[in-house]
Amino acid sequence: MHYGPHTAADRARMLGALGLSSIDQLFDDIPAALRASKLDLPDPEPELELAARLSALAARNRTDLASFLGAGVYRHWSPPAVDQILLRGEWYTAYTPYQPEISQGTLQSIYEYESLLAELVDLDVVSASHYDGAAATAEAALMTCRQTHRDRVLVSRAVHPHYRETLRTYFSGGLQLEEIPLVAGGDAAGTTDLDALERMLAEPDRPVAGVIAAQPDFLGLLEPMPAIGELAHAAGALFVAVVEPIGLSVLAPPGAYGADIAAGEGQPLGIAPQYGGPYLGILATTDALVRQIPGRLVGMTTDLDGQRAFVMTMRAREQDIRRDKAASNICTNQALLALAASVYLTTVGPHGLRDVAALGAARASELEAALAAVGAPRIHPGPYLNEFAIRVPNARLIHRRLLDRGILAGLVLADAEPGDTSLADGLLVCTTEVTTRDEIDLFAEALAEILGGRPAGVEAGAGSGGSALAGSAR
Amino acid sequence: MSVTGTRLQPTIFELGRPGRGGGKIPHPPKDALDRIPAASRRTTPPALPEMNEPDVVRHYVNLSQLNYAVDTGFYPLGSCTMKFNPKLNEWAARLPGFANLHPLAPDAAAQGTLQMLFELERALAEISGMRAVSLQPAAGAQGELTGILMIRAYHRARGDAARDQVLVPDSSHGTNPATASMAGYTTVTIPSAEDGGVDLDAFRAALGPRTAAVMITNPSTLGLFESRIGELLDAVHAAGALAYMDGANLNAILGRFKPGEAGFDVMHFNVHKTFSTPHGGGGPGAGPVGVGDTLLPYLPEPRVLREPDGTFRLERIGERSTSIGRMRSFAGNTGVLVRAYAYICAHGASGLREVSDDAVLAANYLMSRVAEAYDIPHERACKHEFVASASTIKHRTGVRTLDIAKRLIDYGFHPPTIYFPLIVEEAMLIEPTETESVETLDAFADALIAIAQEAEATPELVTGAPHTAPVRRLDEATAARHPNLRWKAAPAAMMPCPG
Amino acid sequence: MVPTDLHYTKDHEWVRVDGDEATVGITAYATEQLGDIVFVELPDVGRSLDQFATFGVVESVKAVSDLFAPVGGEVLETNAALTGQPELVNSEPYEGGWMVRLRLADAAQLDELLDATAYDALIAAG
Repeated sequence: MHYGPHTAADRARMLGALGLSSIDQLFDDIPAALRASKLDLPDPEPELELAARLSALAARNRTDLASFLGAGVYRHWSPPAVDQILLRGEWYTAYTPYQPEISQGTLQSIYEYESLLAELVDLDVVSASHYDGAAATAEAALMTCRQTHRDRVLVSRAVHPHYRETLRTYFSGGLQLEEIPLVAGGDAAGTTDLDALERMLAEPDRPVAGVIAAQPDFLGLLEPMPAIGELAHAAGALFVAVVEPIGLSVLAPPGAYGADIAAGEGQPLGIAPQYGGPYLGILATTDALVRQIPGRLVGMTTDLDGQRAFVMTMRAREQDIRRDKAASNICTNQALLALAASVYLTTVGPHGLRDVAALGAARASELEAALAAVGAPRIHPGPYLNEFAIRVPNARLIHRRLLDRGILAGLVLADAEPGDTSLADGLLVCTTEVTTRDEIDLFAEALAEILGGRPAGVEAGAGSGGSALAGSAR
Repeated sequence: MSVTGTRLQPTIFELGRPGRGGGKIPHPPKDALDRIPAASRRTTPPALPEMNEPDVVRHYVNLSQLNYAVDTGFYPLGSCTMKFNPKLNEWAARLPGFANLHPLAPDAAAQGTLQMLFELERALAEISGMRAVSLQPAAGAQGELTGILMIRAYHRARGDAARDQVLVPDSSHGTNPATASMAGYTTVTIPSAEDGGVDLDAFRAALGPRTAAVMITNPSTLGLFESRIGELLDAVHAAGALAYMDGANLNAILGRFKPGEAGFDVMHFNVHKTFSTPHGGGGPGAGPVGVGDTLLPYLPEPRVLREPDGTFRLERIGERSTSIGRMRSFAGNTGVLVRAYAYICAHGASGLREVSDDAVLAANYLMSRVAEAYDIPHERACKHEFVASASTIKHRTGVRTLDIAKRLIDYGFHPPTIYFPLIVEEAMLIEPTETESVETLDAFADALIAIAQEAEATPELVTGAPHTAPVRRLDEATAARHPNLRWKAAPAAMMPCPG
Repeated sequence: MVPTDLHYTKDHEWVRVDGDEATVGITAYATEQLGDIVFVELPDVGRSLDQFATFGVVESVKAVSDLFAPVGGEVLETNAALTGQPELVNSEPYEGGWMVRLRLADAAQLDELLDATAYDALIAAG
């Protein structure tokens, strides 16, 4: 049983038209020795039962926690208009707009997305999107190599660890990837070490194609992006800025500080966390580099009658035409997520977007004060927007105890950055516009009790599922 | 009458007006951003449109109606498997327990999703006859890259640095050679045999100590099963190379052929094809990869593991030193994978086998009807899709496949894939899938036949098509020569943010 | 009938020789096969090309094709007009749509090319 309509009579009719007696005959060309053994899967589940089982599975996830976890994926209020628009079958069951005459909805929505993001990043060209922030960053790095004909890229250690790991995988073929260390102490602790960067750029006979830094960085700190860009350009390298879209409503955008390419994660724009995706890889660049940008592009044009319309353009760059000479093998774009981001941005609006960023910052100030008051101060002194690292003794154990009390106290930094001893006792916490004062108080009070050694009642014992402590480094 | 809606829309930038919208987000305290240094602050707000919700909704509803979709009608795009997207799957993915789970949540908080992912991996492994599966790749192309990078790691581990080539048939999808290039390999293209299958002799001649891998689509992009696949795989392994299968055409062989059992070392799945996850206008999808014993050590990290006590956890980064690493951030496109999981569970073994049976039957039936007016290059039973050619029509009338495709729109159908695979002149690659009725198949065939007749009698009707769509044929040359990729309005006065 | 004063390759490039300089482009037949040209990727001035090596890429809306040097030599100039007006390749394949000008390294290489008659025969044979 499947969703198809064929009855026994339909099958008989089609077989009859083909002069066959059995569907098996259509598979005669599979050599007998290679025919499949049986499919060892369960019986079909009727919808009612499957739905109940799926509900039960979903209920085994703890999504009721007071969450202070960010680290690249952020809880935001997505106006219901977003998902209700996405549920229209004309959006989500459509295919890639290869026949533009009957795909003007998708095409215009992508053009609008490109234009909206261009405003946010203040760069001329935005691709129709990539898989996620990590893939977009990897593609940006490859762009710098192609454009400069150099093979060495420098990435700040303050860029998201997953992005750096992904870069390492994409670069494992002979291109060189090096990490720029962070400042260890003082006001700029936790941000990219400019002196080290300058030295790395000056190494003789090892020219650099691109320099990559994030704003804010993985630790939530604000980086000296203009200075990084100047150093890169002075050495003939391109500058890639990894950005977060909500923050771009209030922070200087890449175009303002001379970045050549911007990459980032669009998930905060109305897209649910979904345990990893699908998300929205943002990739943008200047007009000068438009021919290097991989992936789909949608542009405006006219039809035979002079009517304005939209179409995929500069297609000959892409894999189906360039094949082994294509810049990237990417075929998909995250069309539906780009639509979600567009609907989010138009529904929330520019003032609303700024309020989202500002509220997150306000809550973060409250959280910082509340946690410092109970003995968990920030690790770094520099400015941040809405995310920062705090120091607690035995961070991993504290995180577990807080989880037992229904609080997801951010990310255990020792797992995310095991090589950085300055983060050994760190938790990376964030707030957004959905964080409440009550949640902040709950966190601070629970932490106070745990640090003070006075349990608030019976501890939760094995908690929710006794396996390995701590979010594994992932 | 147009097959889609026809209300063309202004852009959101033209619809917005200063002062409209708002009311979604509470106002922050006035000093919320005071602690951000001025040097890091934005000085000019982004010129995003200000719209009230009713106008936003109307805009996106009207735009959606300009789209053709599977939910609208027949979408016989070869190689894309445009089957019905079950609504249960949309409901499942939106369950708050699945949708709201942060990807860095501790394993203890993610048991439902981890179990779902584990079971999905097992199911895909069983379907493909592979030993293990990674659900991490975000799309088929990323799955391909994963597979080729694992093959590269394998040869490196053997200390074999001589292998710098990947062999692909000339019928392959463009992602195959593009993937090989991304992984640093040179692509060697092998011409296909007369019957449309791989030319075994040509492959044998090209296989050697420089071959890292071959990339094969089976059934091929012509919709034909590679009967010589066993011999090809033997030759590949004898040459010390590995065999990658592009799983785009899995819809043809569920329950009939398991690539892993046959000897493929690695393959990717397109869950947005065979496993019904929606195409979304171009994405998202997901591209899990399955491997046999040879490549098992190299799978991306982290894998989902089951503990002796029955709970689930993610591997720690570095726990398996042979892994090729991460292909992307976080665990994968879990929201898409939930849909694939629900699909597989709904069908079970018998349902999945029926899917392929009906997909193949429908394609052969449709091919027999289309053959009434079009060239069918290969005289044998197809699998889930087939290639037809308008070559004769073109030589007789000048009308091309492109024109026929555009005219199908006037008949209310989405055109099939055109000009692919590259090795057939004036190709149309037609894949009905198993979720279309015989009546639909007949109506589509009748339309194609009518257009063939129009090509003889009134060719300008065909060459000027579409006549009924919201827009007519587009000026793609100007769009590429002088790209307009961004709306640039005159700077408009924006109201300052209140408060 | 293609211009008789040019030499041709079997990949549909032409070359016009003037002293020790050679101007290169693609033929009208090539542009008909490709369709509307949207972009031409040309080498840097000063680069040294070998005969029959790839010197660039021509893109149409739906296709891409490598460009092969009919003769070897140093690139003296590339046609800057093609950046803003790639359509010149379609409208004036032998004149305004020229692509590169080389210093001809070895005049004997011209012997390996087709003359107008031979090229016309080639494209007539399809």
